[in-house]
Amino acid sequence: MSENDGQRFDRIPATEDEREVEGRATREEVVDWWENRFGIPAETFADHTFWEKGAGKIWIFAGDAPSPISIEGLGMTFLRTRQEHWKPTTDAVQRFGRLATTNVFELTEEQAGRFVAGEDQEIPYDGDWGYVIAAHEIAGEREPIGVGLYVYGELKSTVPKGRQRSV
Amino acid sequence: MEPFERYRDVVDDFEAFIDACRRSLPMAVRVNTLKATTEQVERAFDEAGVGFERAGWHPHVMRVETDTPGATWPSFHGWVHGQEEVSAIPATVLAPEPGERVLDACAAPGSKATQLAAEMDDEGTLVANDNNLGRLSALRFNCERLGVTNVAVTNRDARNFSLKPFAAEGEHEGPQFDRVLVDAPCSCEGTIRKNPDALDGWSEDHVAGIAGVQKGILRRAIQVTRDGGHVVYSTCTFAPEENEAVLDHVLQQEDCHLVDYDLALEHDDGLTGWQDQEFDPQMTKAKRVYPHQNDTGGFFTAKLEVGA
Repeated sequence: MSENDGQRFDRIPATEDEREVEGRATREEVVDWWENRFGIPAETFADHTFWEKGAGKIWIFAGDAPSPISIEGLGMTFLRTRQEHWKPTTDAVQRFGRLATTNVFELTEEQAGRFVAGEDQEIPYDGDWGYVIAAHEIAGEREPIGVGLYVYGELKSTVPKGRQRSV
Repeated sequence: MEPFERYRDVVDDFEAFIDACRRSLPMAVRVNTLKATTEQVERAFDEAGVGFERAGWHPHVMRVETDTPGATWPSFHGWVHGQEEVSAIPATVLAPEPGERVLDACAAPGSKATQLAAEMDDEGTLVANDNNLGRLSALRFNCERLGVTNVAVTNRDARNFSLKPFAAEGEHEGPQFDRVLVDAPCSCEGTIRKNPDALDGWSEDHVAGIAGVQKGILRRAIQVTRDGGHVVYSTCTFAPEENEAVLDHVLQQEDCHLVDYDLALEHDDGLTGWQDQEFDPQMTKAKRVYPHQNDTGGFFTAKLEVGA
């Protein structure tokens, strides 16, 4: 098995049988993860390809490109793998999280404002621990805000510093 | 405003032009149709108590009554992108379709690239290139915030843009583009209302130097576009050396011609002459937007078709 080269984009293998790079997530695992964790149907990603650049950083790209490809960016950063608990990116959750049916944390307006400012909050919740989608209602619909980490009765905001706002 | 004296004989109602250049610019945002409709954005602004008005010429451009559109929920969600009204012109004129192969040759920080991606409905491939590695992070940040997944980001000098990274195995070069946007680095005279320092470094030498770069970028853009494909050339400056003279040069060097297009903003035609120089008569198909015509910034746009 070869090693991951963090300087270029490699398309990830379809399944475990095709895996040539040690520790690399497969397309099947990635799609299953979103379905199992958030109930987002696998066909949502039918027209996207998935790529690894950086250690465990998975990118989602609409369409295809030659693999490997050495450029600066390919689609959107999507998911962090190569760690015990896989973590979706804020941007991926904002783009695809509307379709989520499980592990969605619906916040009040006041809680949503604190979440976006990067604050951790104690909020009762009887769902799974781990990474959740924080959402609130805007313009009559539930809209995903970002990624929360729910542990020990506390919702931790993982909104990146550069995206934190006081709204 | 001293450098603008050159335009006294070119601009209708020159005093109104100078007055407009002294006024600050209204705030505007563009609705990101990958994530929201104009109606959703309007409802969200209503809920937040932010006043707004739709621009008459474009269904996704709105003027907003806040100095900090970035500190609103629609902005956080990537439903809107703060963007000067005239800056929405070139992607609108290029009008890419879903599934096409499109290049934004000078893409950072990404207002126009994200607009192109939205016009493509995030389908096809948008190559967003910029020569400045530092500004690429802003480009990537904006693409991700707006939910764009069809963008490939490259870091090249647009004058030597290479198709090779996109070549399939065994191929010498990658596929050519259906459309290319060249929103060229320029002397930025038209941004004076947003940035009162815009004219600080102005000199005829600077204008002449940057025009050389513009010619190189536009020529390469024509070369990487398929026959029958389109290239939009735009700047945010009034200087004919950087606008009509660049086009005139490229029309002589490359296989292309100017085409007409609609623009529902008040504007003037491109110039067919400047000082002692005459330009190709096709130049009337280019468009100049002056600040006093629509209460916006200044802009220049031309659309070219590649091949005979």
